[in-house]
Formats: sequence, structure tokens, C-alpha cells
Amino acid sequence: MVNLVWLLLLLAGIFTAALSGKIDQVTASALEAAELGIAVAIQLMGVMSLWMGIMHIAEKAGLVQALAKISSPLIRRLFPSLKENSPAFGPIVMNLCANILGLGNAATPFGLKAMQELQKENPVKDTASSAMITFLALNTSCITIVPASIIAVRMKAGSISPTEIIGTTIFATTCAMTAAIIVDYLFRKRHGL
Amino acid sequence: MSVITEVSRWIIPFFLFFVPLYAYWRKVPVYETFVIGAENGFKTAVKIIPFLIGILVSIRVFVDSGALEIIINFSRPLFIRFGWDPEILGIIPLAIMRPLSGSGALGVAAQLIDQYGPDSFMGRLASTLQGSTDTTFFVLAVYFGSVGITKHRYALKVGLLADAVGLAASIWIVSKVFG
Repeated sequence: MVNLVWLLLLLAGIFTAALSGKIDQVTASALEAAELGIAVAIQLMGVMSLWMGIMHIAEKAGLVQALAKISSPLIRRLFPSLKENSPAFGPIVMNLCANILGLGNAATPFGLKAMQELQKENPVKDTASSAMITFLALNTSCITIVPASIIAVRMKAGSISPTEIIGTTIFATTCAMTAAIIVDYLFRKRHGL
Repeated sequence: MSVITEVSRWIIPFFLFFVPLYAYWRKVPVYETFVIGAENGFKTAVKIIPFLIGILVSIRVFVDSGALEIIINFSRPLFIRFGWDPEILGIIPLAIMRPLSGSGALGVAAQLIDQYGPDSFMGRLASTLQGSTDTTFFVLAVYFGSVGITKHRYALKVGLLADAVGLAASIWIVSKVFG
């Protein structure tokens, strides 16, 4: 499905540009986006190195395992295919906490670390495991308590109350997250672990 | 509210203080351990570059070519026929952009907020929607890519369905609270 979406986006873009006489835009956009990819990656290198380094210290000190152990039984129930003391629970919980607090930069390294741990327990290495899909469903629909960037935009636009949307945002994300958990559960039932 | 902001401000310094200190007390060679972990972080960042570029290029070409606008204009009558309030239709560009690109969506949201005013219905709806979901398509590509997963199974369907619920919930709650 991702192959198809990727191809459709690319072809539809080139097709539209050709029809509207903006074919030069395709070249410019493609090259700019490729450069942007490197810029994003370079920015990530620093942050990832920092957090993976700290994370490794926490791991060696037994902190990640402790977090995994006390992580609420609720979280564990969402991942029935994982062992009870799976090392993946630590980074999963940390990723969700970072997302909830709106610490986007810290969330990504924890998320990628969680994927590495989940991959170790994945029997078919080129195919997503159910636990991975559950994790990504939680990750992309995760509740955010302080949507910092949009509050900044509202302040700049001269809002009387820039933070008034926090309540509605929490409600909307809670709905999305609940839906993600239910839909994921139904798909998992249908496809098997 | 202020409590949450304070927690967000203090959590990272606390983490950087507490983790190495506790580890040192547990006789972990903190600096060497940090370096090993950091190397893994660096390698992971390099590993996701091809996926980042692949996704960014196709999305950028799609948006810059005007294809997104055409789809929005084309789908407008369809939404009206399904009984959507024409006033709400201004949110469609953001709803389509949100799962594709984080910075792109923030740009669209900022533009909507400027155009309608931050304290208008549309401004509040755009703010809520922007804060309420993540860039599903992007996250899937990068996270799966980082560990070499090529078969995503039903992951995209779950993510996009959750995004759709987030959109519906945003419209409903903003009309209810601020309506």
C-alpha cells in the first residue's frame, strides 16, 4: 500500500505540473526535497546521538528495565505478542511519555529504539509484526498535552487566548488514540499475531 | 496548565542529571556507555536518510505541482453532497496535509489561522486538528525503514483511520465548545 501511495503522489504531481505548464517546478521541488532530507537527518544525528547515549546509560543502570516493569499493565495488555519482561516496553513507554509532553525531538530516538527492540522479537524480519503496528498506531495518534508549535503560531497571529485549544486538542487526540487502539485490535484479530 | 508547562521545561534537565548520576552510583562507566549508545544513534540517523528523502521528494512534488489543490477543489462538491457545512470545508487542505508532512501541515495551519483569525471557528479548528494527530505516513516510512521492514501490512490503514477519527472529533468538539 505504501508503494502505491508513494507512486501515486509522485506521478500525480508530475502529471499535474506537466498539464499546468509548471514542469520546471518538478525538478526544483524534487532536488530541494532531497536536500531537505539531508538537512533533517543531520539535525537528527545530533539529537539521536545524545538521546541514544543517555538511553544506553539508563539501560546499563537498569532504569529502562525498571520502567518496563512498572509500566502500567494497560500498556502491556496492548501488546499481547510481547513477552511480559520484553526490553521493548522501556523505550515504548518513554516514547509515549515524550509524545504526551510534546517533546518531539526526544520522542523520535526513543521510538526508533523501540522499533529496534521490537525487530529483535520479530520472527519475519522484512514484515511488520503486530506489536510494531500497535506501537506505531499509538505513536501517531498519541495524546499531546501541550501542542507547543501551534500555540506559538496562535500567539504570533495575535490570539486573545492562544492556549484555549488545549482542551479541544486533548479531546480530539483521545478520540483518535481510542480509535487507533480499537481499529488495531480488530485488524490484529483478523490477521492473527 | 502551568504545571504541565513546568514539567515540560524541567523533564529533560532532570533526565540528564538523574540518569548519569544514578548509573555512576551503580558503577556503570557512564562516559564509555554514553559513547556506545550515541554511536548507535548516529548510525540510526544515517540509516533513515534514504527513507526521509524518498518520502520528502514524492510529497513535495505532489504539493508543489498543485495536484493537492486540484484534489481539494474536486472533492469540495462531494463533501457538500454528504451534508458537510460549506464553512467547514476550508479545513480540507489541512486534513489532507496532516498525515503527509509535519512542517507542511504547520504551514497550512498557520495560513488558515492568519486568513480566518486565530480566535475564529476555522482558526480554532485548524489549531485543534494540527495539535491532534501526527504525520502518519512519514512516521511509518521512517520508523519501518530504520529497521528494514518493507512489508507494512495493515499499519497505514490503522493510522489513517485514526486520523479520520481525529478530524471528526476535532470538528465536533470545536463546534460544541466554541460554536
